Amino acid sequence: MAVQPIRKPTRLEPWQDPGQKPYVRIEKVTKTFGDFVAVDEVSLSIYRGEFFALLGGSGSGKTTLLRMLAGFETPTEGKIFIDGVDMAGIPPYERPVNMMFQSYALFPHMSVEQNVAFGLKQDGVAKAEIAERVGAMLDLVQLGKFAKRKPHQLSGGQRQRVALARSLVKRPKLLLLDEPLGALDKRLREQTQFELVNIQEKLGVTFIVVTHDQEEAMTMSSRIAVMNHGVIAQTGTPTEIYEYPQSRFVAEFIGSVNMFEGRVVEDQADHVLIRSEDAGCDLYINHAVSVPSNATVAVAVRPEKIALSKEPPANADGRNVTGGIVREIAYLGDVSIYLVELKTGKTVRVTAPNVVRRTEMPITWDDEVYLSWRPFAGVVLTQ
Amino acid sequence: MMRMGKLAWALWFGYAFLYVPIALLILYSFNESRLVTVWGGFSTKWYTELLQNDQLLGAAWLSLQVAAMSATASVVLGTVAGLALARFGRFRGRTLFGGMITAPLVMPEVITGLSLLLLFVALEQAIGWPDGRGMTTITIAHTTFTMAYVAVIIQSRLVSLDESLEEAAMDLGARPAKVFFVITLPIIAPAIVSGWLLAFTLSLDDVVVASFVSGPGSTTLPMVIFSSVKFGISPQINALATLMMVVVATGIFIASLVMARQERQKKRDEQMAVQGG
Ligand SMILES: Nc1ncnc2c1ncn2[C@@H]1O[C@H](COP(=O)(O)OP(=O)(O)OP(=O)(O)O)[C@@H](O)[C@H]1O
Ligand SMILES: [Mg+2]
Repeated sequence: MAVQPIRKPTRLEPWQDPGQKPYVRIEKVTKTFGDFVAVDEVSLSIYRGEFFALLGGSGSGKTTLLRMLAGFETPTEGKIFIDGVDMAGIPPYERPVNMMFQSYALFPHMSVEQNVAFGLKQDGVAKAEIAERVGAMLDLVQLGKFAKRKPHQLSGGQRQRVALARSLVKRPKLLLLDEPLGALDKRLREQTQFELVNIQEKLGVTFIVVTHDQEEAMTMSSRIAVMNHGVIAQTGTPTEIYEYPQSRFVAEFIGSVNMFEGRVVEDQADHVLIRSEDAGCDLYINHAVSVPSNATVAVAVRPEKIALSKEPPANADGRNVTGGIVREIAYLGDVSIYLVELKTGKTVRVTAPNVVRRTEMPITWDDEVYLSWRPFAGVVLTQ
Repeated sequence: MMRMGKLAWALWFGYAFLYVPIALLILYSFNESRLVTVWGGFSTKWYTELLQNDQLLGAAWLSLQVAAMSATASVVLGTVAGLALARFGRFRGRTLFGGMITAPLVMPEVITGLSLLLLFVALEQAIGWPDGRGMTTITIAHTTFTMAYVAVIIQSRLVSLDESLEEAAMDLGARPAKVFFVITLPIIAPAIVSGWLLAFTLSLDDVVVASFVSGPGSTTLPMVIFSSVKFGISPQINALATLMMVVVATGIFIASLVMARQERQKKRDEQMAVQGG
């Protein structure tokens, strides 16, 4: 599924600017619990004002990494710097960091207002200012009229917003959010995603957000780090991660993808040609890859980049064109998903926007169709 | 139907087993006759006599004082022990400590009493404290054995308490001591109260340990009752027992009333939250 990022790209992103110093620097951090390696030599640089997403399956070490940033766990090896200061030995209550917990961790014996005010009280902020800032923050998350309630009197989504308000009210330089939108239904979730991005841009806070929802990571973040078994598989902008995955894991984890195995037969500066038994055709890709000729590689092609037609496509030279029979069609409203069985036996997934009404659709079950894609569509994966 | 009938009988029998002795005790506290087994008509004379019996009242007062003090002390110590067991991870000797805290629960009271007596005697010889045996030694002895119960209660409450609450407080800038008093303590307060009540009750009806560590002139109520049994029980004791039961029952009644009201309030609030969306 193609997802549009919410944020507008700025001209020069900080991670491309060599003059910028990272706000958070994680250097070869490893965390082991007994024999188990939860986080494995992770290195990351995160810049001021970024909305950085940690994406990964369950148990991939996302929460553990956040807890090390917040100071609840000590790295077994490696160093963490925040704003240039080595965080080793600095307790959680002295770090310029606030965290929103996966379980919200609202204080059950305090009202919404008291929960939000707690952090300011610890800093000895004057009473009048506390009241003012808490009120403003509750208005921001639209909980003004629930100020006097206790957490158990709130719905899941409301609790989540209290937790968010509580972690934001101290205006931390760095905010860690562990699955901030997990408990919300789809509509509220999308709405809150926009809100979060707005809040983040308005307050200029650096966000590190943990999620296992790839769509959420794609829409909200400036950059994404994909984690797998404690290791960072790839770091990049949502577009980079989606369009140029560097490994099979990343390609398969983000969105859906068709994988073709093949052998490199031509390897030029401006293109490669891969002979694929899987696809039943040669795959032509208009960028170079640094692999030896004859090497076996995988080529990833996103379902929405494949065109379906009943007639053989024009200028077909036998490259990036193959044929098959439509086996399944799933109608999703805006798009349809076609599962096409190739002559080679492989099943390929194709998504196409529904430009005409369903009843008028030209391609139906058991039709023989041609699948074709452009030279830029395929991505060669060597790992 | 046959089965139901039998079950109902079993139930009645069970309750009778529990409550008939108590009912008899209350009944005979209003007996005119001195003999426990003979009903001599209704009278409140034993209550009047009780109020003039300084020995019995003194023992009751001592017992209450000891119970209150040792319950308070064991709540403080038990909370600290429970906290260490539940929170400080895998420190050295944790398993040993965990096992040892529960040992007094299964230790025969005779042994606890005897060992404490030996300790007090040795201490008095060595440093001159405690000076003789009396209220202080009974309180200390009761604290040692009730503390184990409190520690177990607090520990199990803390284990079920989400640790991220404490972490969140720390994350928001509270130091560990502050976190304990502002977050942990209020949340585990009900467990502390029930721990205190349990310790109070245990102390109030202990006779074995108290017999070992009490001295002349400091006799707790259970000790007085126990020793007077040898000369035939005076109905005054029935009267005293009835009074104590009334006090305890009232306490329990009020507590459950308050709890029920809180529960209702909570339910109403939750419904409001659901409707409020
Ligand atoms: N205190 C701990 N002791 C032992 N193992 C732990 C501890 N904390 C985490 N782990 C293990 O480390 C691994 C990573 O856990 P972590 O909580 O970081 O995963 P996660 O990526 O946040 O997963 P999820 O998406 O399910 O929240 C898991 O396999 C977990 O079992
Ligand atoms: Mg997690």
